[in-house]
Amino acid sequence: MSMFSLALTVLIGILFFVMFFHLSNFLLDFYQIKKSKTLTYENSIRAVIFIAPAFIVLFVFIIFPVFETIRLSFFDKRGEVFVGIYNFAWAIKDPDFRRSILNNFGWLLIVPTLSTFFGLVIANLADRVWWGTIAKSIIFMPMAISFVGAGVIWKFIYDYRGPGDEQIGLLNAITVALGFEPQAWLTIPLWNNLFLMAIMVWIQTGLALVIFSAALRSIPNETLDAARIDGASELKIFWSIIIPYLQQTILVIWTIITILVLKVFDIIYAMTNGQWQTEVLANLMYDWMFRGGGDSGRGSVLAICIMIGVIPILGWNLYQHRKEQKL
Amino acid sequence: MEFVSTPKRTKAMKKLSFSSLFAQLLLLLFVIVWIAPSFGLLISSLRDKDVLAISGWWTSFINTEVNEIHRTLGMDSQYEENGYYYIEDNLFGEDKPKKISSFGITSKDINAYTVGDVATFKDQSEITVDENGNYSWKSENEFTKKKGKRIFISATSPPSFTLDNYKEVLFKEGLGQAFINTFAVALPSTLIPLIICSFFAYALTWMNFFGRDLLLATVIASLVVPLQMCLIPILSIYNDFGALFGVSSKSYPGIWMAHTGFGLASTTFLLWNFLKSLPKEMMEAAKVDGATHYDTFRRIVVPLSIPAFASIFILQFLWVWNDLLVGLVFLDKNPSEIILTAKLKELLGSRGENWEILTTGAFISMSVPLFIFFSLQKYFIRGLVAGSVKG
Repeated sequence: MSMFSLALTVLIGILFFVMFFHLSNFLLDFYQIKKSKTLTYENSIRAVIFIAPAFIVLFVFIIFPVFETIRLSFFDKRGEVFVGIYNFAWAIKDPDFRRSILNNFGWLLIVPTLSTFFGLVIANLADRVWWGTIAKSIIFMPMAISFVGAGVIWKFIYDYRGPGDEQIGLLNAITVALGFEPQAWLTIPLWNNLFLMAIMVWIQTGLALVIFSAALRSIPNETLDAARIDGASELKIFWSIIIPYLQQTILVIWTIITILVLKVFDIIYAMTNGQWQTEVLANLMYDWMFRGGGDSGRGSVLAICIMIGVIPILGWNLYQHRKEQKL
Repeated sequence: MEFVSTPKRTKAMKKLSFSSLFAQLLLLLFVIVWIAPSFGLLISSLRDKDVLAISGWWTSFINTEVNEIHRTLGMDSQYEENGYYYIEDNLFGEDKPKKISSFGITSKDINAYTVGDVATFKDQSEITVDENGNYSWKSENEFTKKKGKRIFISATSPPSFTLDNYKEVLFKEGLGQAFINTFAVALPSTLIPLIICSFFAYALTWMNFFGRDLLLATVIASLVVPLQMCLIPILSIYNDFGALFGVSSKSYPGIWMAHTGFGLASTTFLLWNFLKSLPKEMMEAAKVDGATHYDTFRRIVVPLSIPAFASIFILQFLWVWNDLLVGLVFLDKNPSEIILTAKLKELLGSRGENWEILTTGAFISMSVPLFIFFSLQKYFIRGLVAGSVKG
C-alpha cells in the first residue's frame, strides 16, 4: 500500500468514529427540538448512543471470546467435535506443558520479587541524593521500549564467541576478563531462564520505582524525623516505618507485575522461542495457535491456564471495587 | 547558640554523610547497570560494521591498536631527480588514515623502525615513512619491479562513528516501511478507543441506566483478562468474516479493532476514575441550563479531560507501538503490513549475527517511544501511577 492510501485509510478509520458520535447526537438533538418529547425518552436513546459502540467492542473482543475459549477447550483442533477433557489430559502429559508451568512459576516467584525489591531500594536511594531525578529517569527508561527491542539489547549482551576470539558481548567479555571460559548463556538449561528474567526485571523495576517514589512522598516527614531523633538507624527506619507504610503499594506493584509475567511472550519468542527448556505458557500457546494449521482446543487450554493465574487478582479487584462503591 | 553543636549532633551528622556517600555509590552502581545495555546498543549502531563484528562496543572510545600490511607502488610510478629514483605515495590510499607508530619491512620484525627512521632494503634502496602514512622510497638505481614492497605497520586508529548502518537498515532492509506501518497501526488503535471510551466513561459516570453497576463491574473484570484468552475466537471471527466477504482476514481495520478491544477496559477505567473526580455541581448546572448530555460532554467534559486524555493516549500508544503478539496474529508478514517489532524479530532470526543491522533496527524501533518518554515523561508517569492494570 502506498503511503498516501495508508494515510487515507487511517484518517477514514478515525473519522468514522468521530462522525458516528457527532451525527447520531446531532440527529437526536434535531428531532428532540422538533418533537420536544419527554426527557426520559431522549435520555434513554442518548445512553444507547453513548454506550453501544464500546459495549459492542467489549462484547465481541472480550466477553464473547472468554466464554468461547472455555467452550473451545472441550473441542477438537478445529472446534467442531466435542472431546470432553481430552485436551486437558493431553496437557498434563505433555512435557512442554509441564516445563512451561514450572518456568512460569519460576518467573512468578523471581521477577515480581526482584523488581519490587530493586524499585523500593532505588526509590529510597534516589530520595537522598541531589541527582536522584536523573537516576530515576534512567532506570525508568526501559519501561518505554518494547520487549523485542529489549530482547535485542540483551541478546547482544549475552552474545557468545568461541574461546580465543574477542568477545563482543558484555557478559562474556567480563567473564573472560575475570579469567573464566566464555559461555553461550542462553543455551544453559535452568540458568538461561534467569538470564531471560533479568530482562523483565530490568524493564519492570522502573515501574515499581515510579510508583514507590510517589508513595514515599506520602509518608509524613514528622514520623521519619521523630524516628531519627530517637536515634533509629536508616536501615531500621526502612524496615520498621517505610515498609509497613508502603504495604498497600507493594501489593499493587506485585499484582501488576504478576499479571504481566503470566503473559510473558515477546521476550521468550524473540530470544529462544522456547528452546533449551525456556518454554512458557504464552509462547507455547502461540505455537499451538499456528502449529500444523492451528489447534484451537490445545491453544484454549493453555490460554485458560494463564487465565487461572489472574482469577484471584480479578476477584480481589472486584471485591475492592464493591467496597469503594459502598462508601 | 547556633554555632555550638553538641558532640552527639556531630556524630549523627558524620554518620549521615557517610550513609549519603554510600547511597550515592550504590545508586550510581544501579544507574550504570541499568544504562549500560541501552548505551551499548546506541554506540554499536553507530559503529562501522566490520569493527563491530570483531571488537566490543566499549573499545570504541579509545584508540585501537592495529597491525596492517600495505604495499608500496611499483616501478610505473617512479620519477628521477638529482640522479636518484623516487617512489612516493601514501600507504593508506583511499582508506581512512590512521596514526602510524612503527613499521617494518619484513614479516619477521614488523616493528623494526619507528616513524622517521630510514629503513634499508637488501638492494640498498631506502624508505622513510611518516606517521600519516606518507612514504618516500629512494634508490640509486632505477626500480625494476612491477610490484612494490610490503610494508608492515603498527597504527592506532581514532574512534570513528558513522550513520551508514541507519541508511542500510531504513532503506535496504525495509525498516522504513515497517516504521510507517507501525504508525498506521498505532494512531487509530490509540484514538479509536479514546473516542469510544470517553463517551462510555461519561455514560458510566453521569448517566443513569439499567445495569450500570454490572457494566462497570464487567469493565473492571476485563482489566486483567489476559489477551491470550481472546485471541483464538477473535481470529476465527476474522477468518469467517474474511471468507464471507471475500476479503483478507488480516487487515489494518482488523488490528485497530483488536487493539481497541484489548485497550478498552483500561482506557474506560482510567477515564471513569478521572471523570468521577469532576464536581457534580457543574454537571447539574449545565443540565439546569438546558444542555443535553452531548453538549455537556463536548463543552465541559472534553476540555477538562485534556490532561487525562494525554496520559491515556501515551500509555495506549506506547502499548500498541511496542506490541508484538497482536501484530503477529492480526497482520500479514508481507512488507506492506509488517510492524516494527515483528520485523525486528524476523531480523533476529535471519540476520542473527549481523549486529550492525540488529542494533540499528532496535534503536529505530525504540526511537519513537524514547522521544515520547523524554518529552512527555510527566504524562507517562501520571498515567502509569493512575493504574497500569492492562490485560
